[in-house]
Amino acid sequence: MNNGSKLAMGIAAISLLLVGCGKATSSTSSKSSSSSQALSGKVTAVGSTALQPLAAKAGTNFTTKNSKVTLTVQGGGSGTGLSQVQAGAVSIGDSDIFAEEKDGIKADKLTDHKVAVVGMAPVVNKDTGVKNLKMAQLKQIFTGKITNWKEVGGKDQKIVIVNRAQGSGTRATFENAVLKGATAVKSQEQDSNGAVQKIVSSTPGAISYLAFSYFTNKLQAVSINNVTPTDNNVENNKWKIWSYEHMYTKGKPDAATAAFLTYMNSKTVQDSLVKDMGYISIHDMKVAKDAKGVVTQN
Amino acid sequence: MEQTNLQLNKPDSQTNEWDARLHHATRATREDWAGRGISYLCIGAIILVVASMLWFISSKGIATFTQNHVSVWKFLTGTNWAPDTGHIGAAPMIVGSFAVTFAAAIVATPFAIGTAIFMTEISPNRGRKLLQPVIELLVGIPSVVYGFIGLAVVVPFMRHLVGGSGFGIISATFVLFVMVLPTITSMTVDSLRAVPRYYKEASLALGATRWQTISRVILRSATSGILTAVIFGMARAFGEALAVQMVIGNAAVMPKNLISAASTLTSQLTSGIGDTIDGTLPNNALWSLALILLLMSLFFNALVRFIAKRGQLKHER
Repeated sequence: MNNGSKLAMGIAAISLLLVGCGKATSSTSSKSSSSSQALSGKVTAVGSTALQPLAAKAGTNFTTKNSKVTLTVQGGGSGTGLSQVQAGAVSIGDSDIFAEEKDGIKADKLTDHKVAVVGMAPVVNKDTGVKNLKMAQLKQIFTGKITNWKEVGGKDQKIVIVNRAQGSGTRATFENAVLKGATAVKSQEQDSNGAVQKIVSSTPGAISYLAFSYFTNKLQAVSINNVTPTDNNVENNKWKIWSYEHMYTKGKPDAATAAFLTYMNSKTVQDSLVKDMGYISIHDMKVAKDAKGVVTQN
Repeated sequence: MEQTNLQLNKPDSQTNEWDARLHHATRATREDWAGRGISYLCIGAIILVVASMLWFISSKGIATFTQNHVSVWKFLTGTNWAPDTGHIGAAPMIVGSFAVTFAAAIVATPFAIGTAIFMTEISPNRGRKLLQPVIELLVGIPSVVYGFIGLAVVVPFMRHLVGGSGFGIISATFVLFVMVLPTITSMTVDSLRAVPRYYKEASLALGATRWQTISRVILRSATSGILTAVIFGMARAFGEALAVQMVIGNAAVMPKNLISAASTLTSQLTSGIGDTIDGTLPNNALWSLALILLLMSLFFNALVRFIAKRGQLKHER
């Protein structure tokens, strides 16, 4: 690539207001990690909007303690996070999915840091009268085989499927657990948990899926095979639809980034902040899941 | 520069003081140069930005066809949009975009022309005092607000009125109608005001009624201006992303009717761009959608210029 095209790319990128973020240069002052020396540097975390609130809150707490560290947390989506960290443009790439699951990402070049777990569940409009579904029924609904709520014990009402955008981490998690390789029927797609929440609670016959923290009393969370979507059921894998929140780094992280990742994994964050914000602590998980979806007991 | 001028004009040996003073740039001249330099610099920067954006979007958009070897024809006519599995038929989005654009323009134009006639011919005073601020207000409302109103009001209303989920082309048309109305109206007002006064006077003097004058003389001679206004409105509708995305439902399927969920080029772009990886097919496919948008706005611009030119010729004749 010649200089002209690089310049053009740069200018266009800025003009389009894509994720514009400074290159995270490793700090030069981190000669030793001794506690006497104050930590400093610049950490940029970009990506998953599902992880963003937690990362932002933890980041604020972290920088209060380490005032010389500048920490920026931005959204943009898991895909953005993974490609930016792979390109070396940011220090941390936030993602809802394993890097291995995304085409075009060289997962072996990245280091995975799991910082939280998110449970997701199907949600329906309250009018449908459905509170529990079999896994097979759920699959038939999302593949378009079942189109009326009366077929699964609800009202005589047409099913309106609200999906997440193709390639979104939440959708990937849901489809891995529920559809298991089948293709979802073409339907409405929304690009955020917030939009899904609003649309499902106001549209008769609507079904979608949300992270636990987005449940409200205006919509009905659905049990699957009589297992209720709770944190406890996720921790022992009785509830199957869950995913890790990842923070990916490329190569060896600089001192400030490493300290932040350690902080994310500390008891202070995992036992209070993570739970307060509706995520599940990775310390509480009794099982582990790998990139291929294989679950093992801890 | 002044140095060389001085030397060129220097008479044989003696230096004339007056001569030097005359050829020396004054402060005003230097300000002149500086001003010109600054504006050239700004223009240069803008040209650079525009050119590099054109280059960037084109090169990224073409990658779908050159690197991923998707045929252009299949891209434009295919109806299956599932970039993750390698299917990138963009026809549903192209049809969706054109459908909402034309529908919004068709609905908005009569209202815009009516308003414009009221503001220029029927009641110019009240028009200026009352309607002008209203229209300016409509322009100033951010599109996310239109989208939110659409989601909270138009979608449920359509659901009650025609059934279905309420999301679809008809809701998008409704929202876009309000968004393009001020654009078309204010430009139509300008073109009606530009009709020479003596056209109207001559028509009235010949015994034509007020309505005959408006419909056969004023509207007739402002036709090219009104068409330009409509096309500008369409360009706005075609490029609108956020408001449309909130009410159209974003289903990448061929729209079967006006009340089922559909999607537009812009709505797919905004909902998909964060979840794709640079350099992969799903990402390139989105850039190709952006390229279509770019080409369409160039086309709208060219059309406006063409119409303006023809309108001018007619007046000269």
